[in-house]
Amino acid sequence: MVKTHMAGVLSAVKKVRGGVKVHHHKNTAESEVVRMPAPAKVVIPMQQHIGAPCEPVVQVGDTVAVGQLIGDTDKFVSAPIHSSVSGVVTAIGDIKMPNGTLSKAVTIESDGEMRLWEGIEPPHVETKEDLIKAVRTSGLVGLGGAGFPTHIKLNFPADKNIDTLVVNAAECEPFITVDYRECMENSWDILSGVYLLKDLLGFKQVIIAVEDNKPEAFKVLKSIADHSLDKHDEVKLMVLESKYPQGAEKMMVQSATGRRVPPGKLPADVGCVVMNVASVAFIARYLKTGKPLVSRSLTVDGSAIAEPKNVRVPVGTSISEIIDFCGGFSKDPCKILTGGPMMGLAIVGTDLPVLKQNNAILAFAHDDAVLKPESDCIRCGRCATACPMSLMPTNIVRAAKTKDVSMLKTAGVNVCMECGSCAFACPAGKPLVQHMRLAKAILREEGNK
Amino acid sequence: MVNGKKLVVSASPHLRSTQTTTRIMLDVILSLIPALIAAIFIFGPRVIPVTAVSVSSAVLAEYVSRKVMKRHQTIGDLSAVVTGLILALNLPVSIPYWIAAVGSIVAIVVVKQFFGGIGQNFANPAITARIVLLLSFGPQMGNWVTPLSWKTAVTTSATPLAVGYGNAGAPSLTDMFLGLRGGCLGETCALALILGGVYLIARKVISPAIPLTYIGTVALIMLIAGKGDLGFVAYQIMGGGLLLGAFFMATDYSTCPIKVRGKIIFGIGCGIITSLIRLFASMTEAVSFAILLMNLLVPFIDRATIPKPFGTPKKEKKAKEAAEK
Repeated sequence: MVKTHMAGVLSAVKKVRGGVKVHHHKNTAESEVVRMPAPAKVVIPMQQHIGAPCEPVVQVGDTVAVGQLIGDTDKFVSAPIHSSVSGVVTAIGDIKMPNGTLSKAVTIESDGEMRLWEGIEPPHVETKEDLIKAVRTSGLVGLGGAGFPTHIKLNFPADKNIDTLVVNAAECEPFITVDYRECMENSWDILSGVYLLKDLLGFKQVIIAVEDNKPEAFKVLKSIADHSLDKHDEVKLMVLESKYPQGAEKMMVQSATGRRVPPGKLPADVGCVVMNVASVAFIARYLKTGKPLVSRSLTVDGSAIAEPKNVRVPVGTSISEIIDFCGGFSKDPCKILTGGPMMGLAIVGTDLPVLKQNNAILAFAHDDAVLKPESDCIRCGRCATACPMSLMPTNIVRAAKTKDVSMLKTAGVNVCMECGSCAFACPAGKPLVQHMRLAKAILREEGNK
Repeated sequence: MVNGKKLVVSASPHLRSTQTTTRIMLDVILSLIPALIAAIFIFGPRVIPVTAVSVSSAVLAEYVSRKVMKRHQTIGDLSAVVTGLILALNLPVSIPYWIAAVGSIVAIVVVKQFFGGIGQNFANPAITARIVLLLSFGPQMGNWVTPLSWKTAVTTSATPLAVGYGNAGAPSLTDMFLGLRGGCLGETCALALILGGVYLIARKVISPAIPLTYIGTVALIMLIAGKGDLGFVAYQIMGGGLLLGAFFMATDYSTCPIKVRGKIIFGIGCGIITSLIRLFASMTEAVSFAILLMNLLVPFIDRATIPKPFGTPKKEKKAKEAAEK
């Protein structure tokens, strides 16, 4: 039971089992989001989402403006991409992405004016279908880091009996505070977003879920839940224990409704839709202004950053420019991540663009980057205790070594969401998430034989 | 590359807990200190060289065997120290030093290193070594010194379980609680062992599942066997190696089940076998054999207690089980 001294605040229906307590490091919690001035150029990749990459719809030499469509595709699982600055397209070619893959990207040199495209106007939305179309046109993908095209998530068929919207304000990864800042600075947008989604998509209840390490946000979110628009008290605030990975989709569904998403299925299969709080706020802003997803807030922090802060940057801005805007490096960086320290991606250099789904840039000096040396597994079972999916990493690792396919299936390795709780807890410093990824690959290979 | 230097690019997660194998072993060593100190008071200063020989033989045995097998050195994780210490606590204070050394070598080389080192042993090294010594050096292993007799002239006495509850010469329950009774140098002081056990549970090194179910099962069976005599139950719990075994040996990570469900089955099994041996067999080594036998069953217990992955529907669980049969 998390105490909030407020009436009408819910606690988790079914608490998350497992997970790990990590240091929060919320150093930038009180840092208001600062808008970074327009960079000299942006590099906008055509793949910034889960699904099929977009194709450029502009050519080298074209003049573009903020919010103008520059990439699209007719494949279903995708989201269109828009220019984040005004200027001239100077190159279209392949670039190496942070995860090592190649992707086509449009390079635009900014004229510094940040002119809005004249075709921008608020969409006309009256029905669910209108909303889905508008969300697609906006280019919105999951802003919590996943990058799943939101229009697909919201376009659930009527027979799924979706009754609950979970607004995810948990932000369980250490260091990241942008969702918290969204609650503190843009609560009007969150309010509008919650009630318009509720009306247009017909949710019977909306649960705004936040972790208990953000007490200042409780009041703000509670006033959203208590608003007079909520005539039948269907919008509620839920305060959850701050434990990683509370903010993971399946954990949110369990905490908010007590339902467990079956292996291989989605929250929609148990009647829920989970949306990041910043994504909800964005939909409200988009419906008001018609300006698509061209910029986003992110946390810049870590022991090697001189002035950690929250910044709002145009999509495609180079990471090195963002770090310079935050005072540059105070120490020699040893490891730089996009995303949080539990699931984020380590990058090879800072000459990379920021993508729609990046919510943090963390730079660590040597002392924080060097991890526990690896030693032998002592079969202590801390990994199994930590796993929120009730898996047993130590078993799975052994099964992968011997390519024991039936054990890998029984052990449910594909349910693993690679949250990192197991590797965090392991006293022997075993790189368990890497092992789990290998085990999944082995199951795929051997299973196909 | 940044500033001309390469960046570390490793897989997530990029944070680790501060818990290490060495810290866990240190906690175990700390938890055994009360029992060791109690042993020095009860059985005299000879406890110190016996322990020293046992520990140093264990560490040396691990060092040499790893070198011979061309594997990386693991003596830094202190698990050999723990094995040597636990083995020492399982020996009578009068044990010849060379026998203690043999015990350590058997524990480390045969039970542990031959099977792959830490995390791979099939049975608890200290328990197995104790059984090997018992079978090979029976008289020396049964040479129990009278408590506190080191101050004047060393005499021998029988253990409480050999004498029997309520018989002439049996120690009082208070004496047993403080450890003033014959037996292995580390098994007698119930107070010290319980303190150590509680410390381990509080530090989250061990789960309370095995100690509670092991001791609880023995208590329950002895309650029935003793026809409700609580004194008999207390005598049985504090007698023999039960407290030492339940807190420190049955809970050895590599040889007990991983999930709590499995640990409960393991604890109950140990309790039943210990009680049966004590009640119906003629040996006073019930705990050692019970733990060894249950150790052998652990792979099966683990297999039977694999949890179903998150969200597996209950109907599917039953269908899966039917399909697997």
